[in-house]
Amino acid sequence: MSGTGNNRSPLLVARNIKKVFGSGDGEVEVLKGIDLDLRPGELTLLMGPSGSGKTTLLSILGCILGQTSGELEIAGHPTKGLSPDQLAKLRCEHVGFVFQSYNLFPTLTALENVMLTLDVQGGYVPDAEGIAAGALDAVGLSHRANAYPSKLSGGEKQRVAMARALAGSPSVMLADEPTAALDASNGQAVMALLAEVSKDPTRAVLAVTHDHRILKFADRIIKIDDGIIASDDNTHVEHGAPPVAGSAGSSAAAGNPL
Amino acid sequence: MAVDATGAAAKQGKNGKGKRVRMAPKLAYRNLFHDKMSLTVTLIGIVFSVVLVAVQCGLFLGAQRSIARVIDQTNADIWIVPLGTKSFDDPSLLDGREKYAALAMPGVKSVEQINIGFSRWRKPNGGSTTVLLVGSNWITGGLRPWNIIEGSVDAITAPKGVAVDKSYFKDLGITALGDSAEINGMTVTVKAVSTGVRSFTTLPFVFTTLGRSQRMLGSKTKESAYTLVTLKPGADIEEVKQNIATRFADAEVLTTAEFRSRSINYWMFQTGAGAGLIAGAILGVIVGIVIVAQTLYASTKDHLNEFATLRALGASSGYIIQVILLQALVSAFIGYLLGISLSLLVVSAAKGTTLNVVMTPELALMLFGLTIGMCMLAAISAIFKVIRIDPASVFSR
Repeated sequence: MSGTGNNRSPLLVARNIKKVFGSGDGEVEVLKGIDLDLRPGELTLLMGPSGSGKTTLLSILGCILGQTSGELEIAGHPTKGLSPDQLAKLRCEHVGFVFQSYNLFPTLTALENVMLTLDVQGGYVPDAEGIAAGALDAVGLSHRANAYPSKLSGGEKQRVAMARALAGSPSVMLADEPTAALDASNGQAVMALLAEVSKDPTRAVLAVTHDHRILKFADRIIKIDDGIIASDDNTHVEHGAPPVAGSAGSSAAAGNPL
Repeated sequence: MAVDATGAAAKQGKNGKGKRVRMAPKLAYRNLFHDKMSLTVTLIGIVFSVVLVAVQCGLFLGAQRSIARVIDQTNADIWIVPLGTKSFDDPSLLDGREKYAALAMPGVKSVEQINIGFSRWRKPNGGSTTVLLVGSNWITGGLRPWNIIEGSVDAITAPKGVAVDKSYFKDLGITALGDSAEINGMTVTVKAVSTGVRSFTTLPFVFTTLGRSQRMLGSKTKESAYTLVTLKPGADIEEVKQNIATRFADAEVLTTAEFRSRSINYWMFQTGAGAGLIAGAILGVIVGIVIVAQTLYASTKDHLNEFATLRALGASSGYIIQVILLQALVSAFIGYLLGISLSLLVVSAAKGTTLNVVMTPELALMLFGLTIGMCMLAAISAIFKVIRIDPASVFSR
């Protein structure tokens, strides 16, 4: 684990996370002992070549895939020994997801997609529609509230997905390649929004990406390679500059496009 | 920035009290109506099943009513029947002593006789057919012919008078009230015509007086097939039944309900006639379950990514099961409404034909419960599919 210069208590703590798929001769160790803290007010980018274990790590950090060993704590709640439904509750209360393919519900409008998060959380929510409308307004899509996903552009869909994640007021927001399906300008807009979201002092944001154009939005860049953290850089990254100059395993420095 | 305010608002909302957001029913409804072809197939399956079960059960009920039709028209509390009688239309003879013995019993108000027997009906224009002749003295409280639409019951007491049902005119070779024929060589004239008085065996009922039936059937004047006992108010039916039963070794003493039940059981279960109807109803339910299960499963597979997303968003298994069950419930409700409407049309179309299909409020209610249960059962395969979803699959799409 690396320090980041941010002295706030971490919202996500991962210790010695290992993940093994298969068994016997077919056994593959995808993660080989990951230590990671995510602190509030930070946008962290997780980068690495294909097959390096980024998505597996993201799935484990989001409590939707169990680790083979190691410990994970989200917003002060240890995940060890929790049942699938207890993990779902933890996700529901503390984790927000933004997916590469948006994963919006095609039969629900943008507003209803956002309201769904509040329903899944259960409990009694006064003015749920107002909260959902506020989340859409926050991502600049209040005028598209009644549009179905099929009528939205890629950038709009991703912003609805962000509004959906935000409506649940998660402590940790995890984004899987949020700009991969977007053109340059939409990608920039989505990342700018994600960076703004991460400024909330009660929230940490982690985004998996291959996209070098968005490095300027990051407060911190973690590179993962072959199941281990190759580098963890929290210095200000200038647009277009190599993220981790001279660090071990820096494929970017070696000209690898990631 | 508004982004932060949103989170705060949501947090505040979760801690407060207010109206619960209900998206599961909306999601279920929208998923269902999103794929109209799939919904149509599901509804066809349910409607087919409801109509099939309704018709089979309607025929079953209709058959029961036909079997017990004459029994239900009497006011008797107790039936004295020849030993071993299987059903109402399985006639043999009592020697007549039962009538007077029963009249002497405490608690007995009145005793009447009904005579029945198979007879040869010779058609006016040649040819013959078998009929079930029923004789009783309704003037003294016996079985009174009912549903008379032409002529009158009193006219049957005139010489040679009989009553037949209009639906049997063709079988009997007659065309109108007043036509004559022969029963066992004796001339009879149709003095009354009824409607809807059909037997389960399809043999035409021919009603006449007790004395005339005895002559036509060649039985003695005291003899009859059944002796019907009516009790005084407050009399103990079991006690009277036992008292009569101890007197006659060659007769059985049954309450009206017992004789009704025996007649129905004989025809529906011992002859196998009802088994076919029951098998048809079961087949209808199975076909319904299979079709609904198949389409619900296919629909669930189509929306698997959405269910995985729901799981990733933190939805509990219960929430996802709720969505699927609601889909099944909505399908069941719509399918039932269509199915029962079509069934009522079938019942209506069958009126006045030889097909006796009956629909009662109880049967309609039972069909509703059956449809709901069938669709819930059909949802099981879809539920098994969904609860095994790996939420991590949302990252691989």
